[in-house]
Amino acid sequence: MSTKLRILVPVKRVIDFAIKPRINKTQTGVETKGVKFSINPFCDIALEESIRIREADKDKVENIHAVSIGPTKAQDVLRTALAKGADNSTLVDVGDEEVEPLSVAKLLQKVVEKDNSNLVILGKQAIDDDANQTGQMLAGLLNWPQATNASKVEIDGDNVTVTREIDGGADTLRAKLPLIITTDLRLNEPRYASLPNIMKAKKKPLEKLKASDLGIELVKRIETLKVVEPPVRNAGIKVETVDELVSKLKELKAI
Amino acid sequence: MIGARRNLRSLSSAARAVKAAKTDVPRVSLSLAARGVVSCARIESSASPVGATARNYSTKSVPLTAETYASRVQRNEIYKKLDDKDVDYFRAVLSDNNGIITDADDLLFYNEDWMRKYRGQSQLVLKPKTTEQVSQILAYCNENKLAVVPQGGNTGLVGGSNPVFDEIVLSLSLLNKIRSFDPVSGILKCDAGVILETADQFLAENGYIFPLDLGAKGSCHVGGNVATNAGGLRLLRYGSLHGSVLGLEAVLPDGTIYNSMDSLRKDNTGYDLKQLFIGSEGTLGVITGVSVLCPSRPQAFNVAFLAVSSYEAVQEVFVGARKELSEILSAFEFMDGKSQILTARHLKLDHPIESGDYPFYILIETSGSNKEHDDEKLETFLGNAMEEGLVDDGIIAQDDAQVKSLWSWRESIPEASTIGGGVYKYDVSLPLADLYGLVEAANDKLQKAGIVGLDDETKPVVEAIGYGHVGDGNLHLNVCVREYSKEIEKVLEPFVYEWIQSKKGSISAEHGLGFQKKNYIGYSKSDIEIKMIKDIKNHYDPNGIMNPYKYV
Repeated sequence: MSTKLRILVPVKRVIDFAIKPRINKTQTGVETKGVKFSINPFCDIALEESIRIREADKDKVENIHAVSIGPTKAQDVLRTALAKGADNSTLVDVGDEEVEPLSVAKLLQKVVEKDNSNLVILGKQAIDDDANQTGQMLAGLLNWPQATNASKVEIDGDNVTVTREIDGGADTLRAKLPLIITTDLRLNEPRYASLPNIMKAKKKPLEKLKASDLGIELVKRIETLKVVEPPVRNAGIKVETVDELVSKLKELKAI
Repeated sequence: MIGARRNLRSLSSAARAVKAAKTDVPRVSLSLAARGVVSCARIESSASPVGATARNYSTKSVPLTAETYASRVQRNEIYKKLDDKDVDYFRAVLSDNNGIITDADDLLFYNEDWMRKYRGQSQLVLKPKTTEQVSQILAYCNENKLAVVPQGGNTGLVGGSNPVFDEIVLSLSLLNKIRSFDPVSGILKCDAGVILETADQFLAENGYIFPLDLGAKGSCHVGGNVATNAGGLRLLRYGSLHGSVLGLEAVLPDGTIYNSMDSLRKDNTGYDLKQLFIGSEGTLGVITGVSVLCPSRPQAFNVAFLAVSSYEAVQEVFVGARKELSEILSAFEFMDGKSQILTARHLKLDHPIESGDYPFYILIETSGSNKEHDDEKLETFLGNAMEEGLVDDGIIAQDDAQVKSLWSWRESIPEASTIGGGVYKYDVSLPLADLYGLVEAANDKLQKAGIVGLDDETKPVVEAIGYGHVGDGNLHLNVCVREYSKEIEKVLEPFVYEWIQSKKGSISAEHGLGFQKKNYIGYSKSDIEIKMIKDIKNHYDPNGIMNPYKYV
């Protein structure tokens, strides 16, 4: 009898990926007022993967726990996670304060210990800070093996095989539970939340904690000095003749 | 942040890419793409048997309208034939070679419609850049009795913007500047040739929304929308253009420039002349400028997609939605199961509702100012509908990508209905109770004639499908065909029109009359009404140069 999976899926609330972010007037960050927020797409993929693992073998998974660290409104993404298939959820309410990956990893470590989780599936990065650190740091803190940027996950008893896309091919890793997996874009395509499940999700548990409840003090190690838009690319020009094209290219030392 | 976002866009799965491409349905580029297929299909005609059959029809060159409908319409010899002297004159007026098209291949784009159903034989396309140029062109045409077809984005569905014979095409595509926007009143003033989506994006930056949205938004022109009184997806919320257009600038056939661009919201002095142009389909003059009142852009959008088991259930959900969602309800669209089967084939995707095939689907959109408020209302309403057994299954979009994706299952139907080769479109208004009855009656008729088969390649008709704007009592009956033929037409017409008349409906809810429905206006308008329309037409266009052979 192999170990039953107790999966932890951290989900982050971010500005919807379809929206073009705008820098705020004070250049300290991105404008968040009146902007649509959704679940981070990579987190959505992580959640989808955990649900698929259960769908593939119902008895294999004991529990899927979705956790979000963010403002009170992050409850919305937890409700979405519950509607899609998570069993229970926890919000670590940190207000509007931005939390650095190390603090996130420390908080998650506490949740893993509390839950006695043996598999953490999380997005490889969040599309707001693009840090791509949390999974790796969590693996370090827990001293667990990690398989990052997964494009395929297979579970056989206590052995987990993860395929990652690398330049010019695939990299296949194998590890025993417990394990950290971070997800890449092509792992799966997340489902829609169905109406019956949205209704059921309202009755599923949503626990609310503060960082201090987990015994973690949020410390900032990085200071954001300034946020600016990338430089605008200049419009191209039209040339009338091939000769003109050649001379322009020479001018630019392109040929 | 920018990095991963870009990643997502470029690496996005096929589904997401398809989604993005599908939001603007009958793009003008569609017909270009279709033409692109011509050459490939010939080279690799044996590539895939199924695809090849479908392609054969679409690779056929579009027959000339004048030949297809020879028994119905002849060239009117009062119109002068274009000669070099005329072209020289226009060249002098436009003083720019980019504004004149005479090359046969380039003309094709303007002569054909996107459904590849109509093809005119115009020898000249003019693209003026100013209202004064439009005025000079029309004055000359009027004097010399040269017939003219005004054309916007060429996304029409009744052949109204394509020439029938050798009419000059007057394209408004270069008259495309946004003139002004008042962020307090929300009044947008722009040239007629501004693309609807461009206008809407401009407004979005200012926190406003164009009070009209339709599948062809990426190609169609604001001026064309007004000239055809386009209805679209949000009429339920924002009303018709007869209400939201405040003023117009239009050139009359004799070159006179009519201008009411500075009109006010309230103005009870004299006849409301602009209303004559809204829905006139280019028969009274050319609209060159539009002043439109735009509502504030909603902050929160929700989209739900529902599966129901009968048309009666569609109506019940609609009644409930109006009552419980009231002010946030912004679209209520229904689709029959067969339309979704064709759309799935077209998009090459599985349907988002996975629990099975249902006879009817509903798309509900809410838009408002407060997300929590809207979410709660929508979820309560849908929860109750589900518990009462009114709704069999459903999904609610959780992010913007899903919102767009769900809309694509509605907005892609027009394109999906042409994948067999072509489509006969009937856009009708009917009392709600009878709305879907027309689709059933049409299918019955086609079955009896033995010419319909969803997967039977030997039958000329693929399927008759129905979808539309329940909120406005507007049904789109699309008869998807493998080829256009007289045989199919005889089965459908005048049967469809007579059926509509018997239910006191309108034979054109939003697409207009154009060429397709010219002879059928009598099914929806009385003799007195038709005479009044003709009197107005003759008064302003005594030489009949504006968009002849169409409308009435």
